Amino acid sequence: MFKSFLTVLKRDLTLALRQRSDLFTVLFFFIIVVSIFPLGIGFEADTLRKIAPGVVWVAALLASTLALERIFANDYADGTLEQMLMTPQPLSVLVFAKITAHWLITGLPLVLIAPLAGLQYHLSLPTIGTLMLVLLIGTPVLSMIGAIGAALTLGLRGGGVLISLLVLPLYIPVLVYGAGAISASMQGDVSLQAYYLLLSAFLLLALVFAPWATSAALRISVE
Amino acid sequence: MWLEGRNGSGKTTLLRTLCGLFLADQGEVLWRGVPVKKAPDDFYRDVLYLGHQNALKLDLTAIENLQVLSQLAGQPVSEEKIEAALAKMGLAGCEDVAVRHMSQGQKRRVALSRLLISDAALWILDEPFVALDVAAVELLQSIIVQQVQGQGMVILTTHQAVPLPAEQMQRLSLDRYV
Repeated sequence: MFKSFLTVLKRDLTLALRQRSDLFTVLFFFIIVVSIFPLGIGFEADTLRKIAPGVVWVAALLASTLALERIFANDYADGTLEQMLMTPQPLSVLVFAKITAHWLITGLPLVLIAPLAGLQYHLSLPTIGTLMLVLLIGTPVLSMIGAIGAALTLGLRGGGVLISLLVLPLYIPVLVYGAGAISASMQGDVSLQAYYLLLSAFLLLALVFAPWATSAALRISVE
Repeated sequence: MWLEGRNGSGKTTLLRTLCGLFLADQGEVLWRGVPVKKAPDDFYRDVLYLGHQNALKLDLTAIENLQVLSQLAGQPVSEEKIEAALAKMGLAGCEDVAVRHMSQGQKRRVALSRLLISDAALWILDEPFVALDVAAVELLQSIIVQQVQGQGMVILTTHQAVPLPAEQMQRLSLDRYV
């Protein structure tokens, strides 16, 4: 079972490295959206610092919805998804492998590039640390919720837009507490534990339910 | 078993129902006397399905594709065995070519190589002869005959003849029921 997990993970990562457009569209979208705001709003450090948490998170949300459609669409088109449904292993394990690969390709780069965004918004070093940490906990949740949406809209015409409509409202809790943690960390002497715990709770909840829900949705969509 | 029927008579739907990819409104599929829904893992370990699509990733090489597919099917196979299968399908030298660069017929041959490396008891093949040249059609016919004579089962839809003696082959036509 674990071997199948690794096989699917390795396959998806190999494919992403051979077809790098996915990786770069998400990353560059994030960078561009984050960089455009100071141009429109002005370069005053105080204003920028105030809007930074929201802007970074909203950019991350939008960037992560960009690549969602492709989690399953390619596999569906070339028939490999059918083969995955017909395996003597639990489908949720394979789905979890696919979600993990998707996060490594689209989520992790956002976490790593976040300090660059932080510098543009004059954030202090500890705040940048918080930013990276909440993104690290939050982006896997985005991938997992997104996978459910992607599975549900698989094979529909205009599925890409539909995913965003379906999934963005579900991202709100992550957005609220993720941005809240960054704002709070700017105050200096506020404890951030509550934010971390809540975000981790979202992550655990998504870890338990998302692979299972996605598998169920896939079975319906393939039919 | 040779499943016949004109276009649109539901051959593919029937095969997909057997595979559990399509849920039947009525009735159930039994495998070795057990409903497939109750023990899907046992069924899927014994069955190999090849549909209209080749189930190959275009950016992976032939060997990588077959390795992934055999691992997913629960029967990991050594690289030598895959190479031998590809060679038998007439693809020697193409093992490390990305499937993207292959012709339609070659892709089909790669997909059909799975038959040679799998020991599934039941093959469900949807139009396996499509896109193959004359030599490959003969080869596939002989592979199917071998499977049937080795106590295996094959359910296929095709417009080509399968050279099997009548007592070993059942013909099921869907046309009557439409």
